Amino acid sequence: MTQNKKFRVLSSFFEQLGEILLLLAKTLRNLFRRPWEKKIFLQQLEEIGVRSLPVVSITAAFGGLVFGLQTYVGFHRYVGPGSEAYAGPIISLGLCKELIPLLVGLMVTGRVGSAMAAELGTMKITEQIDALFSLGANPNQHIVVPRVLACFIMVPFLTLYGDIIGIAGGFAYDVFIMGVNRSIYIQMTLLYLELWDVVSGLIKAAIFGIVIALIGCWQGLKAEGGAEGVGRATTRTDVIASIAILILNFFLSKALPATISR
Amino acid sequence: MIRITNLYKSFGEKKVLQGVNLEIQKGETMVIIGQSGSGKSVLIKHLIGILMPDSGEIYIDGIEITRLSEDERQKISRKFGMLFQGSALFDSLTVEQNVGFGLERYTDYSQEEIKRMVRESLEHVGLKGVEQLMPYELSGGMKKRVGLARAIAYNPEIILYDEPSTGIDPIRADAINELINKMKKDMHVTSIVITHDMVSSYKVADRIAMLYEGKIIEIGTPEEIRESKNPFVQQFVLGLSEGPIKEW
Repeated sequence: MTQNKKFRVLSSFFEQLGEILLLLAKTLRNLFRRPWEKKIFLQQLEEIGVRSLPVVSITAAFGGLVFGLQTYVGFHRYVGPGSEAYAGPIISLGLCKELIPLLVGLMVTGRVGSAMAAELGTMKITEQIDALFSLGANPNQHIVVPRVLACFIMVPFLTLYGDIIGIAGGFAYDVFIMGVNRSIYIQMTLLYLELWDVVSGLIKAAIFGIVIALIGCWQGLKAEGGAEGVGRATTRTDVIASIAILILNFFLSKALPATISR
Repeated sequence: MIRITNLYKSFGEKKVLQGVNLEIQKGETMVIIGQSGSGKSVLIKHLIGILMPDSGEIYIDGIEITRLSEDERQKISRKFGMLFQGSALFDSLTVEQNVGFGLERYTDYSQEEIKRMVRESLEHVGLKGVEQLMPYELSGGMKKRVGLARAIAYNPEIILYDEPSTGIDPIRADAINELINKMKKDMHVTSIVITHDMVSSYKVADRIAMLYEGKIIEIGTPEEIRESKNPFVQQFVLGLSEGPIKEW
């Protein structure tokens, strides 16, 4: 890559990052301004939360099952037969802190983030965003604020729901299928799983929620060039938000303390 | 009164407006004509604050709007009503919610009063009993009329019409022209109409301005434009493919 091309790629990255941060700043500024778009906010809560329940149920259940399977194999092989019940806290911790927030984030990106980009992109190319402005409305306040707020609230809720389903999946595999001692499994889980393990996953989920909605809205509001432009916006939302979530997940895991009990 | 001074706007390499100067008097109907893609829509989107110029000034009733903050521009934009080319009705809202959108959010009227005002705006454009329909249930002409009802519901001082006769049949287009004249007569509004339809232009205009290569090249009454000696204007108003305008 030539020096010139490297500079262009880098400047384009920072330009786009700047656009997202500017959108975030505008959204925060408009958060407490009237009029509140209550109806749109409630619609978004339903769209993001209630309608994502089936997909979150399936991913969390199978995530939990496969975690149960692999930890069973791991304990059986490396610690020895009979030690599998000690996998309980590992499964719960791994699911609550890492896997479920990540899976929910990626699922919501695919289901909701892309849909936001498509909806807003269509509004943009059919001049509905301009129409909002012409009616004296602030497009950010009307469109972006309710979506970001709804995602900020609902992604942690979905994650909490996914935690429960995932832990149940891991328990079901180890206890019901592999015949692990139920009492030890539960005892160990309750002994070693901390509330902070769940809370730190929810903090991540809330940040992922903001990222998903911001990127979906940003791409939608930037869309141009007809149906093709809307298609590009949805694909970009999926790619950018997924990558952002994966990268952020690592840094958040590093930044958030492993425990707060000691 | 609206005054545009030395307005420049580019999108990347493409120079769209290159020093537009224009004055529109209170209560006047100004028609801006020009080829497709000549920057007519870009020009009126500057008036309402949707677009910001690269340089130049726009005065609305003596206030220079390009230096105002976004919030202040939004307040100024409430002086305007705009009929968009594709109507730009909100897909997810009923006709009633579309027309009452601004009233519901930015006025203190009760729900009953808003419903009455929406009904009156719709009646003004010749529509009755369509309040609960969704935009996809309307024909092209009805959409334009709902778009116009939405634009006037607020009692704006200035109405901007972006290609009001595009995409509808000649009879409906003429009905829209009648409505533009009716708005002027009944509501005493200042109107700016963007079009490339000369039949409409002659019917509604007090004055006509032609935008070509990013500048206003001619301005005058419909008669003056019809009799213009400017070859660019002549080619355009007569709809000739042969002439000094080569790009089409």
